[in-house]
Amino acid sequence: MTHPRVAGVGLTRFGEHPERTGRDLFAAAGLGALDDAGVDPDDVDALYYGNFMGELAEHQGHQAPLMAEAVGLDVPATRYEAACASSGAAVREAVTALRAGEADVLLVGGAERMTNIGTAGATDALSIAADDLYEIRAGMTFPGAYALMARAYFDEYGGSREDLAHIAVKNHDHALPNEYAQLQKEITVEDVLEAPMVADPLGLYDACPITDGASAAVLVSAEYAERHDLAAPVAVTGSGQGGDKMALHDREYFARTPAATAAAEEAYDDAGVGPDDVDVAEVHDCFTVAEVLALESLGLYDPGEGITAAREGDTHATGDLPVNLSGGLKAKGHPVGATGVAQVASLTKVLQGETSWADDVGDAEVGLAHNAGGTVASATVHVLEVVA
Amino acid sequence: MTETARDGAYDDLLDAIEDGEGYYVECANGHGSLPPRRVCPHCGSRDLTEEPFPEAGEVLTHTTVSVATPGFSEDAPYVTAIVDFGAVRVTGLVRGIDPEDVEIGTTVGIDVGERETTGERAVVFRPR
Repeated sequence: MTHPRVAGVGLTRFGEHPERTGRDLFAAAGLGALDDAGVDPDDVDALYYGNFMGELAEHQGHQAPLMAEAVGLDVPATRYEAACASSGAAVREAVTALRAGEADVLLVGGAERMTNIGTAGATDALSIAADDLYEIRAGMTFPGAYALMARAYFDEYGGSREDLAHIAVKNHDHALPNEYAQLQKEITVEDVLEAPMVADPLGLYDACPITDGASAAVLVSAEYAERHDLAAPVAVTGSGQGGDKMALHDREYFARTPAATAAAEEAYDDAGVGPDDVDVAEVHDCFTVAEVLALESLGLYDPGEGITAAREGDTHATGDLPVNLSGGLKAKGHPVGATGVAQVASLTKVLQGETSWADDVGDAEVGLAHNAGGTVASATVHVLEVVA
Repeated sequence: MTETARDGAYDDLLDAIEDGEGYYVECANGHGSLPPRRVCPHCGSRDLTEEPFPEAGEVLTHTTVSVATPGFSEDAPYVTAIVDFGAVRVTGLVRGIDPEDVEIGTTVGIDVGERETTGERAVVFRPR
C-alpha cells in the first residue's frame, strides 16, 4: 500500500481568542502535530496551508511562509484558498504529492482569526465566498445563502425547522466531552427554535459560531512511516474534489450539492470503498441544513432522507452512522481555513480509538471527511482507513 | 482601478434594466446566464446573444436576512430571493412586498433599486 499515513495531528482549542494572531494560533497547532508525529522537523519537505480571510481579518496575505517560520520550518510553503474548504484542498494537494513520490513528510494545516473583526466584520468577510456582483450586492450573506437552500429543500422534500434543530442538539451533545470544542454546552430543540432568526428559516443555533483556531497534521509516505517505525495506523486512502457554478442561482437544484457528490465518488473509487462501508463521518455542517445536504450528497442517505437522520438518532454517537463526533462546525467551531484539517485530525483520533465516544462507536475502520467552500462551489472528500 | 470604476458589464446591465431594457445572455442551446460571458457556463457554447428579460418571473426560494453585513446594516431585515425568468435565474432584493407575504411562486419583475445603507445600486424584484 502506498497510501499516505497520518503520523500526527495538532489543534488549538477552537473558540474566541481575538487577541491571538494567526501565526500564534498556527504555531501551537503545527508544533502539536510535529510533536504528536514524532518526526524530525528537518525531514519536513513543505507546508501546505489553508486560510481564507487573512487579508481582511489580519491585513496579511502571503501567509504560508509566515506560518512555516512560526513552526520553525525553513521549507517551501504555499497557501491554499477554497473558501471554507481551504485546508481540505491543502490535504488533497499533500496527498497527491506524497503519492507521486514528490515528498515524504508534509505538514498540512490551516488557521483563521475571525473574532477580532466582530460578528458584522466576519459576516462580511465570509460573504466574499459568494459572487460579489450578482450575489453579495443582492444582499446574500452566508446564513442567507444556506437559508435559500434550506427553504428550497423544505419545498422539494419536506422537513421542518424542528428536524434541523435535532442536528444542532446532536452536534452540541457530541462536543460536550471535546476539550477542543468552542461550545461545550448542552442545548434543547426548544433552545434552537426560540433563538433569534439570522436568515429565516435559519436561526442563531442553526449556525456555526465565529471561531478563532488552527489545525495541523503531519502526513507521511507509507515508506517513510515504515522506515522510521512510526505508529501511524491511519491512512488517507481516498481523495476527491468537486466544483460547481459559483452562484447558487446558476445551479439546477438548490437543495443538492453535486460538487460534494463528485468529490465523494472520486474518493470512494480511489479508496475502493462505498458509502455503505463508512463507519464515521465528519461533514461540513456550517449550518444545520448543510449537514443534511452533505449526508445526501455523499450517498450516505437518499435525497430527502437525510433530514430526519439526527431526529431518529441514526447520526448520534449511539446510532448506526455517527456524524460529527467532534461536535462538527456547529459546536466544535469553524475557523474556516482550519476546518478541513481539523476534520482529518478528529477522524484520525476516532479511528485510533481515541475518542470519548469510543465505547459507543466501537471499532470504526472507515472514516469520511467532507469539507465544503461557499455554497459548495468547492468540495473535498477524503477517506481515512485503519490500515495497520 | 479606483473605487469609482464601473464594473463593466454588470453596471451596463443595471443601466439597461433602469432603462427598461434589461437583458441576459443566452446560448445556442437555450441556457441563460448573466453578463459578462464569453462562454455559456452550462454547456460551453460560444454562440451567445443578448435576450430581453421576460416581464415577470417566479420566486424559487427566498429568505429574510436579519443579521446583515455592514454594507446592508440599515437595510436589515430585508428579503433576498432567487427568481426564475425561464432560461435564466437571478438573485436580488425583494421590494414592494411585505416580507411575510413573499412565497415560493410569488410573481415579480426585475428592476434596479438602491441599498438604504450605502445608496449603491442593486438588482431588485418588485411585484407584477
